[in-house]
Amino acid sequence: MKLEALLACFGQMSCVVTQSTSALIIGMLLFLVASGVTLIFGVLNVVNFAHGTLYMLGAYIAYTVYQPTESYFLAVLAGAIGVGIFGILFERFLISKVYGQDVLMQLLVCYGVVLVMDDLVKIIWGVDFRKMSMPVAFRLPPIRLGGGLVPPFYLFLIIVSMVIGLVLWFVITKTRYGKMIRAAAVNPSMVSALGIRTPVLFASVFGLGAVLAGAAGALAAPVRALTPGMGFSIVIESFIVTVIGGMGSIGGAFAAAILLGFARSFGSVGFPLFVDGLMFLIMGLVLIFKPAGLFGRAPR
Amino acid sequence: MQKNTLARDLAFAAIGLVALLCVPLLGSKAATNFIIYVSANGLLAMSLNLLVGYTGLVSFGHAMFFGAAGAYPFVLLMQNLPIGLPTGIILTLVFAAVLALAIGAICVRLTEIYFSFLTLAFQMLIYSLMMNLVEYTGGDNGLSGIPRPPFLGINLADGPTFYAFACTIFVVALVILRIIVMSPFGYTLRLIRDNAQRATFLGVNVMRTKLICFVLAGVFASLGGIIMALFAAGAFPSFSFWTNSGDAIFMIMLGGLHVFLGPVLGAVILQVLNDVVTHYTKHYGLFLGLLILTIVLGFRKGLLDFIYDRREAREQSALSAARKKAQD
Repeated sequence: MKLEALLACFGQMSCVVTQSTSALIIGMLLFLVASGVTLIFGVLNVVNFAHGTLYMLGAYIAYTVYQPTESYFLAVLAGAIGVGIFGILFERFLISKVYGQDVLMQLLVCYGVVLVMDDLVKIIWGVDFRKMSMPVAFRLPPIRLGGGLVPPFYLFLIIVSMVIGLVLWFVITKTRYGKMIRAAAVNPSMVSALGIRTPVLFASVFGLGAVLAGAAGALAAPVRALTPGMGFSIVIESFIVTVIGGMGSIGGAFAAAILLGFARSFGSVGFPLFVDGLMFLIMGLVLIFKPAGLFGRAPR
Repeated sequence: MQKNTLARDLAFAAIGLVALLCVPLLGSKAATNFIIYVSANGLLAMSLNLLVGYTGLVSFGHAMFFGAAGAYPFVLLMQNLPIGLPTGIILTLVFAAVLALAIGAICVRLTEIYFSFLTLAFQMLIYSLMMNLVEYTGGDNGLSGIPRPPFLGINLADGPTFYAFACTIFVVALVILRIIVMSPFGYTLRLIRDNAQRATFLGVNVMRTKLICFVLAGVFASLGGIIMALFAAGAFPSFSFWTNSGDAIFMIMLGGLHVFLGPVLGAVILQVLNDVVTHYTKHYGLFLGLLILTIVLGFRKGLLDFIYDRREAREQSALSAARKKAQD
C-alpha cells in the first residue's frame, strides 16, 4: 500500500493530468470492446466470451499491415475491417448455431474459438511479445496540459475513440438501423414478423461489435504489448464493465468503462498490487446491491 | 435413497476399486499415472457437475477450489506445520469449505451467465492475488516439494502405496457424491435446476440449497487438488488458471451431464487426447478447440448422455410397439 503516494499525486497537478490521461485511454479502449459485448448480449442474447480474441486479432492485423506500409491509418482500417469480416463469419458459422441454447453450449463454443485463435496467433506471429512502433506522425514532443506533460498520441487515441463512441451513439439512437437493433433487442420475433430479416440483422450487429473490438485492438497496438493471450484480460474487464453498467446498456458501458479506467490508473499509484482486486470488488458490490447494473434492465 | 440401490452402488464401487487396485499388476507406470491424473481431474469434473448438471449453475471458476483452495493450502500446511497428512487434508478441506461459503454466498444470488462470469471473476481475483503474494505462493514457479510423513503405517512417498491411496480416496469420494446425488437433497437440486420458482413454492430455500451445493462442490474439488498436489509433488499456478476450469466444463460436456459417471468418462477421454495430442504436436489448444467445436456443434451432448438417450428412445419405441401389438 502506498496511499501516501496517491495523496501526493492528488496534490500535484502534473500527476493528476498524467494519470487522468492514462485513465481515459484505458477507459475509452475498454469502452470500445465492452460496447460490442453489451450490444451483442442485448440483441443476440449471447455473451461473447471470445470478444477479447477479436481485440487481439485487430492488434495483430494492424501490426502486420503497419510493418510494410508504415501507415497507421491503413493499419487501423485493416484491423477494424478484417476483424469485422472475421466476426461475421464467426457469427454465421458458429455462434448462430447456439442461439437460444443454454449458457454451457455458448460458453464452450466461445472457449473453443479462443483456444483455436490463440494457437493460430502463436503459429502465425510467434509466442514472443510484439510491439508496434509509434507512428511517425506522432513522434512529437509531449504537449503541456494543465501543468502535466501528455504525449500527442495519447490525446489522439482519446479523441478518436470518443468520436467512434459518438458515431456509435448516433447510429443506435438516430438511424433506422439503430431502431431495428433496439427493436430486435426487445422483441426479435416481432421484428422478423414486420419483414426485417433478423439473421442478417444479427450478423450485422455481431459484425459491428467485431469492428469496434478490432478498431480498439488496432488503435491500442502502438501502446500495448502484443501477446497471444492479450484478449483474455480485456474480455474479463469488458464483462466487469457490462455488469457494472448493466447488460445491454451502451451508456452504462461508457460510464463503467471510464470509472474502471480511473480506478485502474489511480489505483496503480496508490495500491498497485490490488488494482485487479479493486475492479472485482466494484463489480461484486454492484452485483450485491444492484444486480441489474447501474443502468441496466433487470436480469431474468 | 432406497437400500437396495445403495447396496448395488456400493457393490459396484467395490468392484471398481478392486479393478483399479489390480492395474499395477500390469506393471505399466504410464497406466497408473494415467489413473492418478484421472482421479484428480475426475474429482474436479464430478464436483463441478454437482453445480452444472444437477443444479444448472454453470460455474466457470471451479478450478480455484482445485488449486487455490486445494493444492496450495495443502502444500503450504504440509511444508510449514509439523502435522500429519490426515490433519493436513482435513484442514485443507475445511479451508475450502469456508472459502466456498464466502464466495458462494455472493455468487448463488445470481443465475445463468451472471453466475458464470462472477465465478470466473472470483477465480481471476484469487489467481492474481496468488501471483502477487510471491513469498507465500512462489508466484509463477509455484511451490515445489511436499513432505509426506507416514501415517498409520502408510507411506505415501512409496509409489504403489500412493497409487492405492489415490484410487481409494477417489472411489470413496465418488460413493459419497453418489449418495448426495440420490438423496432427497440431490433431488431438490434437480428441482431447482428444472424450475426454481416451483421449488420456492414447495417451501425450498433455494439460495441456501444452492449454497450448500456450492460448498460441497468446492470441497470435493479441493480433494482432487490434494491428490494432484501429492502426485505432482507441489502446487502450480496452472492448477487454478481459468483454462483448467474450461477443461473441467469440457470434460463434463464430453462425457455427459446427466449420467452420474459421465464427467469421469470425460476426464478419461480428455486425458487420452492430451497424451496423444501433445505427443504429436505442440499446438494443443488448436486441436482441443477444434474438437470442442466439433462436439458441441455436431454431437450437442456428451457421450454417455448420447447413449442413454438412445436407449431411452429405443425403450420408448419398444413400449409403444408392444402397446400397439396388445391393441391388435
